[in-house]
Amino acid sequence: MELAQMQKSLQDYTKSLFLEGVLDSQFLQLQQLQDESNPDFVSQVVTLFFQDSDRILNDLSLSLDQQVVDFKKVDPHVHQLKGSSSSIGAQRVKNACVVFRSFCEQQNVEACHRCLQQVKQEYYLVKNRLETLFKLEQQIVASGGMIPAMELGF
Amino acid sequence: MASDGGVSCLRSSEMPNVGIGGMELPPLDEVHVLAVDDSLVDRIVIERLLRITSCKVTAVDSGWRALELLGLDNEKASVELQRLKVDMIITDYCMPGMTGYELLKKIKESSSFRQVPVVIMSSENVLTRIDRCLEEGAEDFLLKPVKLADVKRLRNCLTGDVKLSNGNKRKLPEDSVTVNASLPPPPALTTLSTDSSDSSSPPLSPVEVFSSPLSSREDDDDVLTSSPEGSPTPEESPVRRQKMGSPGLD
Repeated sequence: MELAQMQKSLQDYTKSLFLEGVLDSQFLQLQQLQDESNPDFVSQVVTLFFQDSDRILNDLSLSLDQQVVDFKKVDPHVHQLKGSSSSIGAQRVKNACVVFRSFCEQQNVEACHRCLQQVKQEYYLVKNRLETLFKLEQQIVASGGMIPAMELGF
Repeated sequence: MASDGGVSCLRSSEMPNVGIGGMELPPLDEVHVLAVDDSLVDRIVIERLLRITSCKVTAVDSGWRALELLGLDNEKASVELQRLKVDMIITDYCMPGMTGYELLKKIKESSSFRQVPVVIMSSENVLTRIDRCLEEGAEDFLLKPVKLADVKRLRNCLTGDVKLSNGNKRKLPEDSVTVNASLPPPPALTTLSTDSSDSSSPPLSPVEVFSSPLSSREDDDDVLTSSPEGSPTPEESPVRRQKMGSPGLD
C-alpha cells in the first residue's frame, strides 16, 4: 500500500472513532503531548490504561460475584476506571462507568452486573480500535512516513 | 522581565523577580511542581503536561508520600535538608487514605509551605467541594481530565505573569499555538491576587457562576453530572469548572 494511502486510511479511521464517540477530544490532548522527544507518548499511556483496566475489570468481576456484594469495594474501582478512561479520551467507557456508578449507589446488584458487561463491551471495543490505530501508525513509520496530524474541523 | 512595558502591581519595581507576597519567583525553566495522584495513568499525563510547559516534576501516588517528601510527616523529624523545594503542588481530590483536601489543609497549616500554591484536580464538578477547597486556600480547582491549556494557565501565573487590572497580559511564545481552537482564551487566575489593593474584582463564588444549580446535595458525595448544558463559564471565572461538552473540534 502506498504511503499516502496509508496516511489517508489512518486519518479516516481516526476520524471515524471520533464520529462514533469512541474517542473524545481528550485523546487529541494526548496527541498534542507527543513530539520528537516523546514519540510514543500516546501508545505508552494507552498501554498503561489497558493494563490498569484489565486489572480493574478482573477485580470488579470478582467483587460482583461474591455472595454479598460489597459496594464499598465496587464503587472505587468503577470510579478509578471512569477516571482513567476519561483521561485518555475513551468516551464510551467513561459514560458506561457513570451509569455503573449510579447503580452502585442504588446497590442494585443485577443492574451492576449488566453495567459491568456494558463497560467490558465498550472497553474491548476501544482497545481493539486503538490497537488497530497504533498498527496503522507503525506501518506508516516503518515505511518511512510521518503520521499525519489530526485535522480538526469535521 | 519588564520589557512588556507594564509593571505588575504585585511586583516591586526594584525587585523584578519578586511575585506574590514578596516571594521570589524562580526563573522560567526552574519551576518545580509536586504532583499527587493515586492513578498511574493520570500521574503520567499530568507529569507530561507539566514537563511540556517547562516544569520540573516530582510525581507521587499519595498524600502521605507528598508529606514525607515535604518533611511534614510527623513520624520523622523534619530536617531542613530533607525538604523538597517546591513552587506548586497539584493534587487529585479523591484519593484513598488522605484526600487532596486533607493534604491541602496540612500544607496550609505548615509554616514552611503555606505560601506554596496548591491546585486541586477532580473529575467531579461539585460546587461544595470547590468552595471548600478554595476556602481552605487552594489557588485553583481544575476539572479532570486536565488539558494543556489548564496547565499553561497555571504556569503563566507561577512566573508572575498575572493579569493586570487594565487587562494587559504578557503572552508567552507557546500561547500563540493552540490546537483546541474552540476554547476561550485562558481566564486569569484572579484568586492569586492576595494583595487586596490589586484585585479588580473579588473572586466569584461558584454559586454566582452558574445560572442553574448543579446539585442541591450538601454532602460531598460524587455528583454524576459532568457539566450543565447551556451554562456558560464566564471568562473571568477563576476556576475552570465547565468541561467543554461535545468535542471542541471546530
